[in-house]
Amino acid sequence: MPHFRQNRLCLREYFNMFNEEENRDTFDIQISVSDPEKVGDGMNAYMVYKVLTKTSLSIFSRDEVCVKRRFSDFLGLHSKLASKYMHMGYIVPPAPEKSIVGMTKVKVGKEDLSSVEFVEKRRSALERYLLRTVKHPALLKDPDVLQFLESSELPRAVSTQALSGAGILRMVNKAADAVNKMTIKMNESDAWFEEKQQQFENLDVQLRKLHASVESLVCHRKELSVNTASFAKSAAMLGNSEDHTALSRALSQLAEVEEKIDQLHQDQACADFYLISELLGDYVRLITAVKGVFDQRMKTWAKCQDAQVMLQRKREAEAKLQHANKPDKLQQAKDEIREWEGKVQQGERDFEQISKNIRREVGRFEKDRVKDFRVVIIKYLESLVHTQQQMIKYWEAFLPEAKAIA
Amino acid sequence: MMQEGLDDGPDFLSEEDRGLRAVNVDLQTDATLQVDISDALSERDKVKFTVHTKSTLPNFKQNEFSVVRQHEEFIWLHDSFVENEEYAGYIIPPAPPRPDFDASREKLQKLGEGEGSMTKEEFTKMKQELEAEYLAIFKKTVAMHEVFLCRVAAHPVLRKDLNFHVFLEYNQDLSVRGKNKKEKLEDFFKNVVKSADGVLVAGVKDVDDFFEHEKTFLLEYHNRVKDSSAKSDRMIRSHKSAADDINRIASTLYTLGTQDSTDLCKFFLKVSELFEKTRKIEARVAADEDLKLADLLKYYLRESQAAKDLLYRRGRALVDYENANKALDKARAKNKDVLQAETTQQVCCQKFEKISESAKQELIDFKTRRVAAFRKNLVELAELELKHAKGNLQLLQSCLGVLKGDT
Repeated sequence: MPHFRQNRLCLREYFNMFNEEENRDTFDIQISVSDPEKVGDGMNAYMVYKVLTKTSLSIFSRDEVCVKRRFSDFLGLHSKLASKYMHMGYIVPPAPEKSIVGMTKVKVGKEDLSSVEFVEKRRSALERYLLRTVKHPALLKDPDVLQFLESSELPRAVSTQALSGAGILRMVNKAADAVNKMTIKMNESDAWFEEKQQQFENLDVQLRKLHASVESLVCHRKELSVNTASFAKSAAMLGNSEDHTALSRALSQLAEVEEKIDQLHQDQACADFYLISELLGDYVRLITAVKGVFDQRMKTWAKCQDAQVMLQRKREAEAKLQHANKPDKLQQAKDEIREWEGKVQQGERDFEQISKNIRREVGRFEKDRVKDFRVVIIKYLESLVHTQQQMIKYWEAFLPEAKAIA
Repeated sequence: MMQEGLDDGPDFLSEEDRGLRAVNVDLQTDATLQVDISDALSERDKVKFTVHTKSTLPNFKQNEFSVVRQHEEFIWLHDSFVENEEYAGYIIPPAPPRPDFDASREKLQKLGEGEGSMTKEEFTKMKQELEAEYLAIFKKTVAMHEVFLCRVAAHPVLRKDLNFHVFLEYNQDLSVRGKNKKEKLEDFFKNVVKSADGVLVAGVKDVDDFFEHEKTFLLEYHNRVKDSSAKSDRMIRSHKSAADDINRIASTLYTLGTQDSTDLCKFFLKVSELFEKTRKIEARVAADEDLKLADLLKYYLRESQAAKDLLYRRGRALVDYENANKALDKARAKNKDVLQAETTQQVCCQKFEKISESAKQELIDFKTRRVAAFRKNLVELAELELKHAKGNLQLLQSCLGVLKGDT
């Protein structure tokens, strides 16, 4: 499929920029996900990807490691990281979405363009996922991450239904719902959090809108490419039947120009998609993770509040027992008070810690966001420049042909 | 719903549009008779065209005058040419298509219904877009009606037609009502008969090489032009859709720019501004492709049909002539009604020869016009595509320069 091979080349080129950025940052690790291979047959089949890590960091045992991983392995990694770090306020990059339809086509062995594109889309998403994960200074050092990148054998992640991107989202959303159902309204002493939450809310809305428009653009550009190709063929036929020689030749030339332009549209749609659309999709999911982290903070606060309420009750109970002459129960009450005092203190420490973590995480997230968008949008504009330059070339070649009609 | 008074006067039909009208036909403008549509008004269901004539011919009472005509009156004029036996040997200039604002009106209506679901800026923007689209369709329909009149005025024989002069000069309503159901049904059957007949007539091989070649050529050409016309329309529609998407992207980027708390806000605003401009250019590209390519193909679809109709009439006359010959032979053999058969045969012969003579010239002229029109339009298309691509490129590069320098 020569058509698609060209797209593949352009994708690699576009995504090398992620690795370039990392190098320039003296962030000395390069990760690539490549060579998707189908293992097995029928509905039990799955894709295996090669994960290559090149690094000079000392936490890695070798400076170049290559392992084979399947999609559920990535989901398993994310689930472990989420359960370890999310409650501390760390923004854990979400894993790519599961897709039953897409995967079924691949399993069933459809070698058509859409299933090839699906695999490429997934490969690219997995690569971006790993790059974002190791960009996080705490996650990079995590033993699960190291094991994922280095270990030749990885225990199979089970029940990946729950571990899918959607599954995690459901978890996060459940937490959010639980928070909303709280009758106690959080007394926000820190305006920063309220402000940030609102900002992320707004950003979420706009990015989703933008994502939808870009997806529509990709769709229409692909349509334009197909329709241009169709017109080109038709124009060639028209040129054939035209009995004036010079006009006939010019019409054939027009057909050739339109054919080249259809390829341009195809490539541009590709850039629209892999640069902008996927970036926006990634950020919509990332912002959900950010919102999740804010909700974790609320949960922590609620826990702290609950502990305080409990402590108050225990104190009241103890006060009552003071006059009851039940020395055993009194001792128990005093013990319980100490226990709950400890919990309150822990709760307050946890809340302080998560608040601190979130502030730092959001700062880092915003910095990355600025960089990502800047880099991607500039790359995208450069792709638009290239398209226009080619257009000019093609029409400049055609103009004398049109003028030559006599 | 929409009252469009286009008495912007001289502004309405700009220089660019004047060029537009002569676009599909290469016409000698002749001082003895010049016709144009100087104004037009779009009302609820109808469009009123002001037909303006300048003439030194003695047939008219004045040298310059105007009348108001509607689409149905153009059709009446066209049909009167088609039905006139005298004109059987000419390519009758194709009738202009009916003004069709339905799609545009529907979109405007939908927009009105959806007003609550979008911001004021978005609504205003989309309204402007749709109004511009409406205006573009309007200008096109004016151009197509005008081209029809100009073709008639340029034709050495048709320009002298009495109905044409009445059309141009009579300043009352021609009372040409649209066809009623019965008449439309009659037309339908006439066409069915004609196409069936056409197949039979086309089957008759022509002795004359020129006409035989033209027949084969026109048949194939007409079908191919039809296909190209449809495909170019689809292509241009996709182009418009893509431009609309870029419009929405620009709006959302603007909102992001105003809301963002980081350095990205300036970035988004700049890119939003860029896309606003490039989107306008993309819309312009689609519009120009529509004008120079799609309209050209549509016009030659109609003209090639008119040429086919001419060949059909000649073929019909040939068949009649051959039948008359056979009848004459029979009559002579039986020695019965010979004089009558001789007269019929002579009439058929004359008719056939008259048609053949003028048809040959008409078809040659058709080719000349076609080549000239394609040349003009393809050159202009290429020049406009280049102009727009260069404009786009300049905007993109200048924006990139600012964005890259801003780090």
